[in-house]
Amino acid sequence: MFNRNVTAHTSAERSVLQLHRLNKIFNANTPLQNHVLHDISLQVSPGELVALIGTSGSGKSTLLNMMGLLDVSTSGELRIQGHLVQGMSEQQRTQLRSESIGFVFQFHHLISAFSVLDNVLMPLMLRFGKPSKLQSEYAQHLLNEVGLAKYKAQPTSRLSGGQQQRVAIARALVTQPALVLADEPTGNLDTQTADEVFTLFEHFNAEHQCAIVIVTHDPRLSARCPRTIRLTDGRIVYDGPSAELPSLLTTPL
Amino acid sequence: MLSVNPLARFGQSLWIEWRIALRFLADNPLQTFLISVAISVGAAVIVFITALIMGLQSNTIDKTLGTQAHIRIEAARQHNILSPKGKNQYLWVLESPRAQRLQTINNWQEVRDALDQYGVLNTVSPLISGPAFAQNGTARASIALMGIDPSRYGGIIQLPDYLLQGRFSVGAGDVMIGHQLAEDLGLRIGDKLRLDAGDNRQAVTKVVGIFELGVRELDSRYVYTDLKQAQTLLNLPGGVTILELKLNDVFAAEHWAQRFKKLTGLHVQSWMETNSQLLNALSSQSMTTQMIRVFVALSVIFGIASVLAVSVVQRTREVGILRAMGASQQQILRVFLLQGGLLGLAGSVLGVLVGYSLVQLFNTMSDLLFVIQLEPSMLLSAIFISTAAGVIAAAVPARRAAHYDPAVAIRYV
Repeated sequence: MFNRNVTAHTSAERSVLQLHRLNKIFNANTPLQNHVLHDISLQVSPGELVALIGTSGSGKSTLLNMMGLLDVSTSGELRIQGHLVQGMSEQQRTQLRSESIGFVFQFHHLISAFSVLDNVLMPLMLRFGKPSKLQSEYAQHLLNEVGLAKYKAQPTSRLSGGQQQRVAIARALVTQPALVLADEPTGNLDTQTADEVFTLFEHFNAEHQCAIVIVTHDPRLSARCPRTIRLTDGRIVYDGPSAELPSLLTTPL
Repeated sequence: MLSVNPLARFGQSLWIEWRIALRFLADNPLQTFLISVAISVGAAVIVFITALIMGLQSNTIDKTLGTQAHIRIEAARQHNILSPKGKNQYLWVLESPRAQRLQTINNWQEVRDALDQYGVLNTVSPLISGPAFAQNGTARASIALMGIDPSRYGGIIQLPDYLLQGRFSVGAGDVMIGHQLAEDLGLRIGDKLRLDAGDNRQAVTKVVGIFELGVRELDSRYVYTDLKQAQTLLNLPGGVTILELKLNDVFAAEHWAQRFKKLTGLHVQSWMETNSQLLNALSSQSMTTQMIRVFVALSVIFGIASVLAVSVVQRTREVGILRAMGASQQQILRVFLLQGGLLGLAGSVLGVLVGYSLVQLFNTMSDLLFVIQLEPSMLLSAIFISTAAGVIAAAVPARRAAHYDPAVAIRYV
């Protein structure tokens, strides 16, 4: 017991994200009980780019919500940058989320009542209030990197789907998070736009040294990530280099 | 984690909540406009009705009390005194009530001086009042002889304001009479008037003033003279029958009447007792207004609540996004509370303006009746209460938004 704690601590220092025997059961102890995640254990180190794949219903999104502190596990341990999440209050989880995690969703999810620049600044404004000059400049710098600097004052509804997703990526990075979680960020885009958006992820991964976990259905994109984790029925069936990912046909289910 | 001064942090974080609340309201201009109009109609109704009823009531009270003292102190009523009965004795009595002859208040000067010490009293005015006949030639009229102390009586009825002709003067044979009596007896300023209080006590006086109090009963019966003349005529040398009091606070009359009764043992009546019917009417009127106000306020509150309930559902996904971006439950709560408060504020400011215009319109249209006074404090409190009501109305929807499960909310389409 003592020994395990020590290992957990030392490895936590290296990891952005560490999961130990995480389980999620929806509607526990009712006839509708649904065991979605089984004993998930994994680690993500700083600067890693990880693809999370699996068929729909395999628990990818639930796992991502868990990592993003949007949902709580039924049992097991989850550490973000060494902070044990289990036992935290809602307020502490919110603070940890706002400091360490950036999100990109499938349907970009910008807030249409605000301009492009305000959307990028939103995580900072929620945390610090009125943005400083430095913060505004950084947000504009990010918009510049995603190639949308000239749209900063526009309402988000003027942008195309790919452009909106790029705004969402800039927004996820504005707090300089240690971990970015992306839930099928290209699922709604055509192939060419998807490639462009994915290139941005690679760019920021290299440039900002933030760990990125991407849920994707697209085998072309997961192949571009150095590491792939495959979920089947709530269990990890593969976790290793993408290049060595066995084909679905040969994977024992 | 960051160490920022918590107060500065609170102020800073409210900044974004203001911003989101305002943007959300501006993002749905039709909805915001419609509910603001609904709130402003409610606020306008409340302001106008309140002002109207307050104006009406203060006008009625002013008119009633303009020709009346707030408290009248008279000598104690006279009762038959029965001999005490012994043990095992029964007394069967058939008694006639005592006739209440005109009676002076004992030591009235001392009572007056004692009452003068009370800060709540505006005026203490001695009066001797009794029945008499007025005669001009062969015309006779029954009158109420009012012997007053002219230096004090002004605090009870501001007689000079009511004079139609002549001047304010009593004593040295001068009297002032009501215009109805003047008409009945055919009197003009300067005419002689014979007063007869019975038992051959008569005096010939000179009419120096004719007044109109606006109450027919008083205008046809009141004859004002000074204390000394009335005392002689009514055969109460040195006496007064009534001490009339005016208070600074009209509605404290009953309270002080009870106190003075215990203090002096005299017969004390407040205007509220003598005008209990009027007071009843006024208080039921107030209750009706109160009810109208409560129900209008309730409908406004439920209006805001229902609009925000819909808005919260419409914004489910945005709430989920904001939560994922690091917004706390408290921040979401405050965003919607602010929206409720802002709607209440905007609606009530508009409503107060409309209510104010309605009152001004009323004042110019019906200048004959009375003028409604609008207290700025009333307008401010209407705005304040509406804003608070908006925040309260927002409480339930805001709590709901704050407790959305972000993982579910974010997938809401």
